[in-house]
Amino acid sequence: MPRVQGGMSLIAAEHVTVRLGGSEVLSDVSIALNAGEIVTIVGPNGSGKSTLLRTLLGILPVASGRVTRNARIGYVPQKLALERTLPLSVRRFLSLPIRHSRAETDAALARVGVPEIGDRQLADLSGGQLQRAMLARALLAKPQAILLDEPTQGLDQPGEAAFYRLLEEVRRETGAAVLMVSHDLHVVMSASDRVICLNGHVCCEGTPRVVSNAPEYRALFGLGTQGALALYQHDHDHTHDCGHDHA
Amino acid sequence: MLDDFLVRAGLAGVGLSLATGPLGAFVVWRRMAYFGDATAHAAILGVALALAMDLPVGFGTLAVALVMAVTVSTLSGRGWAIDTVLGVLAHSALALGLVAVSFLQGVRVDLQSWLFGDILAVSRADLAFIWGGGALVAALIAWRWDRLLVATVNEDLAHAAGVDPNRERMVLTLALAVVVAVSIKVVGALLIAAMLIVPAAAARALARGPEAMALLASAIGAAAALAGLWLSLSFDTPAGPSIVAAAAAGFVIAGMAGRLRA
Repeated sequence: MPRVQGGMSLIAAEHVTVRLGGSEVLSDVSIALNAGEIVTIVGPNGSGKSTLLRTLLGILPVASGRVTRNARIGYVPQKLALERTLPLSVRRFLSLPIRHSRAETDAALARVGVPEIGDRQLADLSGGQLQRAMLARALLAKPQAILLDEPTQGLDQPGEAAFYRLLEEVRRETGAAVLMVSHDLHVVMSASDRVICLNGHVCCEGTPRVVSNAPEYRALFGLGTQGALALYQHDHDHTHDCGHDHA
Repeated sequence: MLDDFLVRAGLAGVGLSLATGPLGAFVVWRRMAYFGDATAHAAILGVALALAMDLPVGFGTLAVALVMAVTVSTLSGRGWAIDTVLGVLAHSALALGLVAVSFLQGVRVDLQSWLFGDILAVSRADLAFIWGGGALVAALIAWRWDRLLVATVNEDLAHAAGVDPNRERMVLTLALAVVVAVSIKVVGALLIAAMLIVPAAAARALARGPEAMALLASAIGAAAALAGLWLSLSFDTPAGPSIVAAAAAGFVIAGMAGRLRA
């Protein structure tokens, strides 16, 4: 998907610097999310990926620069530390804090492929079900942009591929743009229109193919990513289950 | 009817449960149990200061409980481990309170009644204070229920939904200070945390949703208060500890019932 230049982005960071506990985690970062595109932020641990996402959401303040949001945003956090002492059904969770009708929550759960879990307790769900429940909750906000923080952490490879397929379907149906954070280079990059490689600053940015060939990217992740290269060069219509080394 | 000390005691217990049910549920969900303890221990210092300055005791306990609650929130936000902060503050405040009480000249302080409560001595004025405070806290929590709940589930989700989790934490902190102030006379500083945690923990075994758990906790707390009073009357046991013992029995029974049903 071509990048819209000059048009109004859904979410944009301009020359953003963020300090956490005295150290500069992000310096002079500029990124934009445009309508309908899937963008992935990759980077090593501690590169500020989650910090960037939380800054875009307005959770963290910027030390300098500017963040603009012109869209309804659905957010899927990295993980939910669920207290077993808190009894919470999936349906109640979807209506928190904005109430939705039973028909709406059921439709959202059906959309993400888990229509049967409405009455289940949130704490009893598997990792994949929980991710889908959180995506369903995000969809209920009728978002123009969906932000996801490491959405497939803890899923196995088929589960991961299925989750990205679901994101593409949602994008196609609702037109919502998707911005996600990942440290997983393989399947994620193949599922993205644009990849931003982050390490405290934006190292490089572009289509998966451009980024994977960029010297900055190779310096960060080494050359041991050939397995992924084959995956970039396909279109998004087929499944991602094959072509991966399952060893 | 209010002339009967037993009726007043029963009403005090029920009024307190209005607030301790929902607030206790949050204390359990957010693992603030020790926080409740610390605030309550500090209240003894409030009792001593109020008596020394000839102010109403309820006012003193409320003020000190508030200062304590805000101090703990602030210090734990600055990177101190929460259990260390609470350990230092709670025991220091309790010790300072006990020392301060010993300095009070000419004022007879029944320390026992502040540490363990004296529900049988509740006056009409106390009753108004307890019901007023209890209803205030219950209304505050009902008003902000969804916001408090989403902030408890996940702070980032709350933020993304336009709810400031720090503000919600402060709401709970204030509610806790009010509950401590109004309940110190009923169950005493050492057992307030028990009235918050035990009924809520008992309700957890039976409840399928957060709202049900909060309401059940109130019901179990009220039942425990009445059962404890009956115990106290029948067997001449101290009232405050009897109420907590009844709540503990409720916890065991609810646990067994929950297991049978599952």
